Amino acid sequence: MLSIQVEIKTISCTLGAAILLGACAPAEIEQGEPGESASATRTRLLTGEQYTNSIAAVFGDDIANSVLPPIPPMTRTDGLLSSGAAYVGVTSDQISQIQQTATSIAVRVVDEDHRDFLIPCRPEAEDQPDGACAGLFLQASGELLNRQPLGDERLAELVDIANYAAEQTEDFYAGLALALESILISPEFVFIVDEQEADPDRPGYERLTAYSLASRLSFFLWNGPPDAALLAAAESGELLSEAGLAAQVDRMIASSRLTDGMRAFFDDMLGFDEFNSLAKDPNVYPMVTGSTLRDAREQTLRTIIDHVITQDADYRDLFVSRKTFMSPALGVVYGIPTGNGWTTYEFPESSPRIGLLTHISFLAANSHAVRSSPTLRGQALRERFLCQLVPDPPPNVDFSLLEEAEGAVTARERLAVHNTNPSCAGCHLITDPMGLSLENFDGAGRFRETENGAEFDISGELDGVFYTDISGLAAAVRDHPKLPSCLINRLFAYGTGGPVSPRYELATLRWLEGRFEASQYKLTALLRDLALSQAFSAVRTEDSQGKMLPANSESQPFRLADPEFSLPSQR
Amino acid sequence: MSKINRRKFLKGALNGGVITVGLPLLDVFLNDNGTAYADGTPIPQRFGTWSWGLGMSESIFVPKRTGPNFDLPEEIAALAPVQQHINLYTNFHVFKDDAPNLCHHSGWVVLRSGIAPMTSENRPGETIDVSVARQIGNATRFRSLSATATGDVRNSFSYEGGNSVNAPEWSPLRFYQRLFGADFQDPNAETFSPDPKVMVRKSALTAVQEETKKLEQSVGADDRARLDQYFTGLRDLERRFDLQLSKPDPREACVVLEEPENLPTGLDADLVAKRHRMMTDLMLMAVACDQTRVFNMFYASAFSATIKPGYDKPHHTATHEEAVDLELGYQPNVSWFTRRAMDEWAYYVNALANFKEGDGSLLDNSFIYATTDQSFAKLHAIDGIPMFSAGTAGGRVKTGLHIDGGGSPGCRLGYTAQRLMGLEIESWGDKSNTTSSEIGEILV
Repeated sequence: MLSIQVEIKTISCTLGAAILLGACAPAEIEQGEPGESASATRTRLLTGEQYTNSIAAVFGDDIANSVLPPIPPMTRTDGLLSSGAAYVGVTSDQISQIQQTATSIAVRVVDEDHRDFLIPCRPEAEDQPDGACAGLFLQASGELLNRQPLGDERLAELVDIANYAAEQTEDFYAGLALALESILISPEFVFIVDEQEADPDRPGYERLTAYSLASRLSFFLWNGPPDAALLAAAESGELLSEAGLAAQVDRMIASSRLTDGMRAFFDDMLGFDEFNSLAKDPNVYPMVTGSTLRDAREQTLRTIIDHVITQDADYRDLFVSRKTFMSPALGVVYGIPTGNGWTTYEFPESSPRIGLLTHISFLAANSHAVRSSPTLRGQALRERFLCQLVPDPPPNVDFSLLEEAEGAVTARERLAVHNTNPSCAGCHLITDPMGLSLENFDGAGRFRETENGAEFDISGELDGVFYTDISGLAAAVRDHPKLPSCLINRLFAYGTGGPVSPRYELATLRWLEGRFEASQYKLTALLRDLALSQAFSAVRTEDSQGKMLPANSESQPFRLADPEFSLPSQR
Repeated sequence: MSKINRRKFLKGALNGGVITVGLPLLDVFLNDNGTAYADGTPIPQRFGTWSWGLGMSESIFVPKRTGPNFDLPEEIAALAPVQQHINLYTNFHVFKDDAPNLCHHSGWVVLRSGIAPMTSENRPGETIDVSVARQIGNATRFRSLSATATGDVRNSFSYEGGNSVNAPEWSPLRFYQRLFGADFQDPNAETFSPDPKVMVRKSALTAVQEETKKLEQSVGADDRARLDQYFTGLRDLERRFDLQLSKPDPREACVVLEEPENLPTGLDADLVAKRHRMMTDLMLMAVACDQTRVFNMFYASAFSATIKPGYDKPHHTATHEEAVDLELGYQPNVSWFTRRAMDEWAYYVNALANFKEGDGSLLDNSFIYATTDQSFAKLHAIDGIPMFSAGTAGGRVKTGLHIDGGGSPGCRLGYTAQRLMGLEIESWGDKSNTTSSEIGEILV
């Protein structure tokens, strides 16, 4: 008994501190960005989506979508898969896949369906080398793929390859394809390497080179490579001037490609990669098919993009907004009639559906295949939206009390068992109260009045805020001080290519929080502030940066309980 | 273009030209200690792994008798048709020493790497298949192959290092295309002419390798190591291109399969079994066609979420929440999941045995190492973790045995396997998992 009390006390104390911290947080709005603001240089492997987007940007969607990106899965690092890209290694097996994919792409680029509009010239004879024509194509596509000019020597090598291959195969286009393969397996294409140089405006400090800055900006805002205009701004040096940078950032934020970039960011932040392997037991949820789950993911992304970009509305209101989009497959699960295709939809005030937490995507992805899980939902809420870490479970749990939880009718009753076990109680008290408030939604996200004939008690508490129903939980999340700071943490990591360093970057984040608050929590304003910040362009020197730490060790997210206690992230 | 400096590429092209002569095949094969075909051609040795999730129900899994002709308790009754091809190892331990017992992680990591991990993200050392592939995987188109029956690309027990995981093939269709697509050279084709494109690809690698080395100079130490790994991978690719320029030896059991259907996602046990069999068929045909000699098959993840139709708990949840039936003495639904895993293990072993090779079968020239993540998953126990092997490694291993490890390190089996595959290591494993003791009972 004693140990239970001690743990609960520790947790509430920690939570209290967190709330206080959050409450006291920003308000440094009047101050400028900290003078030492800078970020780390990184070498990132393209993510699968970035690989596809890069191919699409140069050769079109049909070629990009004809292959699966040969990129290994990333380890989620401090909340983001994309941050794992700064640490992932490429095995020999993976390189053979990169090569095979390069072959498939190159063959399609030069085939008869594509050559006329992807290759800017015709060879003098198709069965012979034509260095001049090969050079034109390789120079243009190489610059776009490598995100910077190839350089004379590399271009010359590639033309040699094309010529030699054309001689060997007696086919100009086969030769060109083999030279293109060489670009597609080069590390300059598959890795985004931050290169730095001395900053002439700030003696003693370093900044990204113009081309590296262009790549950082475009993968941040568009999740794809720089376009010709951005590369031109890098080449002319305009991108390194304050006005030139602002002009490019404004252009990029105004571009329709911003939607691609932010969809990718929120997909990552919300852990939607889970949908790639998610399935529900058809015996229990016969109305949930693969297309239902695909649409659930799409619904949430559409809702977010519409809210934060199209409407330019307060980010926090995503958690209390009833506006969304609906598809026929989703209408079946939501229990509402729909038209054809995607249509806008607003849940009525009387509906229990309010905000992102009541979307099928959140409810179904954070459930088991056969039943709901208040614990997984609570954990996801903490980790995804508030950047709080719920630790892994202890190995020595005695599960005997849980066995079928004799007589338990509802999840609340089943989970109450955990609170009698000191080694479980610590974490379950962190996750379950808000997870239980969503028990009106089953494992597929369908509304239900009862479970096994029993009504739900959906009252709960989130870090000191008590509520009685789902809209109360939604409001508590909306007003949680960690909600905006978590978004900033994730965006900063996403933009600079790796986890936030508490040692170097907290002051910058605090400054951004103040800016975000002053903008009334507008995402587009935050993106602009971040992209134009000194921290985004300036990099720490090797000395002050020190040795790069392994994955997960740079950032120390706020932990909710003693590390000894934790919960499974698997279902 | 007249100013182009052709020297670098032409140097590579010249190297490529020399290599078209091909590597002396005997040199390649002799390293593998293989037995021989009737005409004296050596048969290569293969190493495979297989994995299932969440251990066993000890009372109905562990046979009463050790040695040959051991009894098959009900949870492993499905192994009867392949009993003569396998060995079962029980009462072997995994030691965590001063590391925490990381649920569903410590067990498999120790058995695959020999080292107890310190955190649930930690993957220390390298896995056994990677070490073995370095020894015997250099003469085939693929150094190694991995495939999963879960449909989830994140499920893998194979890694070169902490952040360098060998991602498995997860889609039967994609796996097929990779194996038997345009680059496949049928070893039984009547004619062979080296593909000039392969020669160019090999030559063009020189420039990419130099570019990688140059890039290494501009990054910090950790990133330099990652780029160096990339460089090593390019070198490995070069070697694979060399192989494609030589005529492959005929492989009697090699038949190009029909393109498979794609399967939906999901972990329903029937769907997982179907996927497992499709991936197994593809994988083993790739082995029979000598596309690889090292192969990893993944039936279920450590946190196995396989579903039993009509039962409301996935496998992992059931291990913790289902009561032990006092009359039966085990968890009936959990045991149902384990029995399904054993059905698939039997399928896998039988499939290997059905490939004719020389005077025996593919299985006779293989050693398969099968492991799980826990012994009694309900309590996250790693003591007495069960393991299997299959195959005789060219007649050097006795099969049909149940071995009681007497509490010795489970790493002994991995050590034995590596020695069988020709690795000249004096010991394997870290701290209490260290062993230099082969499992002598199985050696001929």
